[in-house]
Amino acid sequence: MNSLWDSVAHSGAPNAAEFHGRNVGIALKELSRASMLGTNPESLRGRSVMIATREQLLAAVCLIELDGVARRLILCPPYLAEEQLCAVAHRAGADAVVVEAGPSPWTLSGTTTHAMTPTPIPGQVRRHASEATDWVLLTSGTTGAPKLVVHTLQSLAGALPRESPPVTRTVWSTFYDIRHYGGLQIYLRAVLSGSKLVLSSRGESTGEFLTRAAAAGVTHVSGTPSHWRLALMSAEAAQLDPEYIRLSGEVADQAVLDKLRAVFPNARIAHAFASTEAGLAFDVDDGLAGFPAEFIGKRAGALDLKVEDGTLRIRSPGNAAGYLGNGLTAVVGADGYVDTYDLVERVEGRYYFRGRKDGVINVGGSKVFPEEVESVLNADPRVRWSRVSARPNLLTGSVVVADVVLIDAPTPVDLENTQSVKTDLLNACRRTLQPYKVPAILRIVPALELTAAGKLGRSSA
Amino acid sequence: MDAVSIRDTVLSVFRKVAADQGRTLAPLSDELPLLKCGLDSLCFAIVVASLEDSLNVDPFNADEWVDFPVTLGEFIKLYDRTAA
Repeated sequence: MNSLWDSVAHSGAPNAAEFHGRNVGIALKELSRASMLGTNPESLRGRSVMIATREQLLAAVCLIELDGVARRLILCPPYLAEEQLCAVAHRAGADAVVVEAGPSPWTLSGTTTHAMTPTPIPGQVRRHASEATDWVLLTSGTTGAPKLVVHTLQSLAGALPRESPPVTRTVWSTFYDIRHYGGLQIYLRAVLSGSKLVLSSRGESTGEFLTRAAAAGVTHVSGTPSHWRLALMSAEAAQLDPEYIRLSGEVADQAVLDKLRAVFPNARIAHAFASTEAGLAFDVDDGLAGFPAEFIGKRAGALDLKVEDGTLRIRSPGNAAGYLGNGLTAVVGADGYVDTYDLVERVEGRYYFRGRKDGVINVGGSKVFPEEVESVLNADPRVRWSRVSARPNLLTGSVVVADVVLIDAPTPVDLENTQSVKTDLLNACRRTLQPYKVPAILRIVPALELTAAGKLGRSSA
Repeated sequence: MDAVSIRDTVLSVFRKVAADQGRTLAPLSDELPLLKCGLDSLCFAIVVASLEDSLNVDPFNADEWVDFPVTLGEFIKLYDRTAA
């Protein structure tokens, strides 16, 4: 597969592709003769480059400039704290970091820092041959350290539908950040089909983004069910008139599908199943929750799905190459399939999602491992133990709830003390965890039930 | 619980969540569009979970589909109706 830059620069067809940010638009064809890297892209040939810009538009440009040049591109979501960025850079073997320009751009010892310019600077971008680049995506892990998942442009984009000739009328937008798998899929669809892409900016409210997307004439919009529920709470959503609505990253329930159908009667509405490790498995476009049972088995291309021990398993050219860290660890099991850990149940001719086998909580499309939150709570010397679980919530699918048993069981007269322990525990979580992992509700309880095996009971709500 | 205290409960939860999450809350009025009050999706989810604990209702998880509130006034009315 050609590099992204080759696709953009050598596309013979008219190319209307443009990244549309809050205050700036970047025409992709400009990138064939100008650069925003603040350096000749060739100076990063063969390097492992961590893309740590906060603005996703800059990351969007950086991917085009460096795919086929860098040996490895590491896509960091914008919420990572500096110590997490350092840890990721170390584990991924990064020797260069791309950041945004500013009075004192963030730097990391042992790497070269490249501050991006806000607009393309004409100059030396003539490229030597393109080589294969690893794309490294971050996903949550049990320990709190993100897992590094290695893909290639081929595994990410090989199965994407291609409009040929490019459908320049299409305008894509995504509520998802493009540094997550779901958003990256939309980014690649737009870039490879030469379409415009409207990207949200940091600090932009959902209402502002919807207004800007509507003004840009978006025709295709993608987000999680939670993104869509929030959009439906906004008067600005009525300005959109999309042809195509896509949901992924969380289970789409019938209620959200019906509501979108009622508000956008002219749109095709599809929900997709994909994960960072397994890649894209399928799109469901019949307007119903769940997926048809005939999806199980061999599918188009080399895609193959099965259900084993209650969970969905996927074998696909879209599977990631592996996890990075001490070499490459396989994401597939001995049978060659990725276990998604998503429980499915067959009801007549359809499968429905029934939660997670490993207790992972999906908060608005972001994974939370209960063990990670429990380890923060249990670190407090007053805590005997804790259990973190999911509570269903229409706005984000689930929220995180924690039940905590203290070493000195509180008595009614100790209410004030209990409140201060709760505050301390929540503050500890806020200091060390990303906001969506912090318990929305924390309860001090007298005891926790154990399972027959002597483990903390986990509900897969 | 009467309507006045439901309103008070809702407003105090909005203020607490905003403070906990380090958000600046817009001046709260019935006409304020929810998405302009300064809270994001996660904050709203926490508001709903907290109200479920203090009022014992979650209108967003009721069996019948509710129309999503767009303004703060509609949000409070939804709780008034469900808690009644």
